[in-house]
Amino acid sequence: MKLRNLIISGSIIASSFLASVALAEDTIKVGVLHSLSGTMAISETTLKDTVLMMIEEQNKMGGLLGKKLEAVVVDPASNWPLFAEKTRELLAKEKVDVIFGCWTSVSRKSVLPVIEELNGLMFYPVQYEGEESSKNVFYTGAAPNQQAIPAVDYLMNEIGAKRWVLLGTDYVYPRTTNKILEAYLKSKGVKDKDIMINYTPFGHSDWQGIVSDVKKFGSTGMKTAVVSTVNGDANIPFYKELGNQGISAQDIPVVAFSVGEEELSGFDTKPLVGHLAAWNYFQSIESEANSEFIAKWKKYIKDDKRVTNDPMEATYIGFKMWAKAVEKVGTTDVNAVEQAMIGVTVPNLTGGIAVMNPNHHLSKPVFIGEIQDDGQVEVVWQTADTVIGDAWSDFLPSSKNLMSDWTPPMSCGNYDVTSGKCSGKM
Amino acid sequence: MTLIQRLIFLMLLTVGLTWPLKAAEFENFEAAIAALPQADFKSLPELLAGIAELDDQRVSSLFVHISQGEVYFQKSDKRVFYVLDQADGSARIIDALNGEVSQDIEKKQLSKVKTNNRIRSDITQLQAQLNLNHPDPNIRLTAAREMLADVSRISDKRLADRQNKESDGDVADILSLIAALKQFSKDDAVSQLSALTQLDSTLEPDVSQVLAAASQDAEHYSAEVQTKIKATLANIESQRNLYSYAENIFFGLSLGSVLLLAAIGLAITFGVMGVINMAHGEMMMLGAYTTYVIQQWFPNLIEYSLLIAVPAAFLVSGSVGVIIERSIIQFLKGRPLETLLATFGVSLILQQLVRTVFSPLNRQVIAPEWMSGSWQINPVFSVTFNRLYIILFSLAVFFMLLIFLKKSALGLHVRAVAQNRDMARALSIRSNWVDAATFGLGSGIAGIAGVVLSQLTNVGPNLGQAYIIDSFLVVVFGGVGNLWGTLVSAMTLGVLNKFLEPLTGPVMASIIVLVGLVFFIQKRPMGLFPQKGRAVE
Repeated sequence: MKLRNLIISGSIIASSFLASVALAEDTIKVGVLHSLSGTMAISETTLKDTVLMMIEEQNKMGGLLGKKLEAVVVDPASNWPLFAEKTRELLAKEKVDVIFGCWTSVSRKSVLPVIEELNGLMFYPVQYEGEESSKNVFYTGAAPNQQAIPAVDYLMNEIGAKRWVLLGTDYVYPRTTNKILEAYLKSKGVKDKDIMINYTPFGHSDWQGIVSDVKKFGSTGMKTAVVSTVNGDANIPFYKELGNQGISAQDIPVVAFSVGEEELSGFDTKPLVGHLAAWNYFQSIESEANSEFIAKWKKYIKDDKRVTNDPMEATYIGFKMWAKAVEKVGTTDVNAVEQAMIGVTVPNLTGGIAVMNPNHHLSKPVFIGEIQDDGQVEVVWQTADTVIGDAWSDFLPSSKNLMSDWTPPMSCGNYDVTSGKCSGKM
Repeated sequence: MTLIQRLIFLMLLTVGLTWPLKAAEFENFEAAIAALPQADFKSLPELLAGIAELDDQRVSSLFVHISQGEVYFQKSDKRVFYVLDQADGSARIIDALNGEVSQDIEKKQLSKVKTNNRIRSDITQLQAQLNLNHPDPNIRLTAAREMLADVSRISDKRLADRQNKESDGDVADILSLIAALKQFSKDDAVSQLSALTQLDSTLEPDVSQVLAAASQDAEHYSAEVQTKIKATLANIESQRNLYSYAENIFFGLSLGSVLLLAAIGLAITFGVMGVINMAHGEMMMLGAYTTYVIQQWFPNLIEYSLLIAVPAAFLVSGSVGVIIERSIIQFLKGRPLETLLATFGVSLILQQLVRTVFSPLNRQVIAPEWMSGSWQINPVFSVTFNRLYIILFSLAVFFMLLIFLKKSALGLHVRAVAQNRDMARALSIRSNWVDAATFGLGSGIAGIAGVVLSQLTNVGPNLGQAYIIDSFLVVVFGGVGNLWGTLVSAMTLGVLNKFLEPLTGPVMASIIVLVGLVFFIQKRPMGLFPQKGRAVE
């Protein structure tokens, strides 16, 4: 009896194993690692839908290498350790060929050791603090020199800002970005007493005291600007308080790095009008590719009111690049694709060409826009040319000697130019 | 570059031959309007400066519309229109030249004359010059304030004219400040000193800036004047400190009143009934979503939406509370751990429900006009209306609840059941029914808190989680079962937080408050106002 059970169960396991192998040969599996529940669901669900839309489109064009693409969607539920577990599940159990995923830096840091151990491939589509370059990750969002630094340049040169308030939510991205910005401002001759730095917890809603401090800080007669790395959710009470205390964008402009079209669609935009946002993409930028993309997105999501945003474009570019690289080498093998990715070009939605550089970061144009009352952002300034993403900031003493180049013979994400060694810094 | 310099620069540019946009000198208003559609960010400021020179009635309305982004032009024939969006979603389209309303033009055919912050602030400055003679005293006041920043922009003669004509007291005060500042900038010690006596008690930030700059400037101001300036500055500074103290107290009370609203419902369910309700935050979330739904249903009644939402949210959250009590909590009576877990489960279910029904994105709840803006008591102290109303509202809710519990029959029953369930039952009080009603009442008040929170923070599925811990803290600190304790503890925590915040930053401030609370609870486990006598059991 026992023996029979064993044989039956054994054969069931074996056959299901075979079936899954057979299935795996028919399709290319694409892992989607975005939170569909919890705090980050608000932002990440959109990216999951974007990847699914891209997969559907690719399949309509006949898939890749003659195979259909198959999406494997998992929900890491805004829970950082769960990101690591789900990555392991995607790579070890589902055997996906590529992963599109993560939003917050802390989730990316959680995925990193797993993806390096199992030699997976991930595309990370969100603007981040830099100071990282992994062989297994391609960063299609902006590095600080592609968002924060140009925004500060704009405020300094075009608006004439002399005093600076750096506001941020208390976690790794704002802290690192503000450290870089502080060093940058000082290198431009801004004094200590003209920089005010303040951190607030996630979802902070009582901004009265801070806004009143900003008001006092800005009433010395010198033009004051606020650089905000405040995370999505805490923004609306912040801008509301600014409006209520009578500070307009003309008095003290606020440039935000985490407020895009998607976030604005949930805001009462009245108090935000005229404040600034810095990104590499805006829905309002007119180009043929962009209007086509917007139309496609609205049709796919079946909602005419949905908007597009920067991380969606980054996902779009990442997906297109991956598909191009896979076709180039004719396999989905991680090592081959990783090498083929470098130098791949894909047209931006806003015009111009995105190039994947040897440091796994993109070259991107930078736009500064003013927020309009309809929740769209109108471009008021842009860089003349695309900016190459810098993995290691030149303005931090700990990283100014580091560089990243994943092409042989260097093949290193953290090469120290002074010691001539791969420093192993993470 | 100050604005006046910039304007002079622009004037020079426009007069200069090399500059292609000489057109900023216009024959008349018609010619200026015709140039608008061609303007971009670079040329628009010059164009507007040119328009400001025109002596035309229509200039000021053009400036108003342009700074609000309401100026459009027709793509085909470049005619310029003002597009005023109406509350019902349609748009009134008005010809900029003759003020006639066009019926046959749609917004789609028009494209916007783009502006940015710099252009808008240029316009504010240009308007200030025009508006100094505006019939509305409030507009004159703003214009005069704008002038304070750089008094050299107005000539002595124009100022004297204006001062003679001025009937409004506030505007006259600012005008005499401008006069004093002008006198102060003269190169003679006597007039400087007499100007200083006039400037002595003013709190306008622009004035202190001028004084601060003067105190560094030994060339124009003699030693005697310098001492007087320092004394004046010190005087202003001490007044400012006083007001910033008052401001901090106000901030603290307003934070406290939000805490009070969030905690007061819990003070009933947790404090009176002894149920640890982890879904309390979600009751607030439901209240906030009720406000959203009301605004969606009655888009024309935004100004009244909050007044409608308060009873509606009370009913929605209250009835959900009754359902939860009847279906779950009554079966877990006397088992606090299980109640905690079950209500935590309920909170997750409610969150995901809202995510499915309304989408995980935050919903937009509009602030009515009367909730925005602030009451400017003096130049350094203003009170925002929304916070002021919330303080008053939360106190009103508190006292109504107190009276309800003390005076009504149901209130009497609630207190009876809380003190001694068995005895109350023996006196033919239906304790089950009272439990459900009490829980419904607590949840309903949480719903009202949600309406208030919708005005302060994001309306999203996670709204409740942010407040649940704070609510428990307030109730425990105040003493379980004591409503007055809840009031005192909410206000104490609020004010404490706001006084620590400038010193330590908001993150550290909450940590210090939390650690302080832990020690306090160690010392006095029953909170600030422990219940005495037989009620303790």
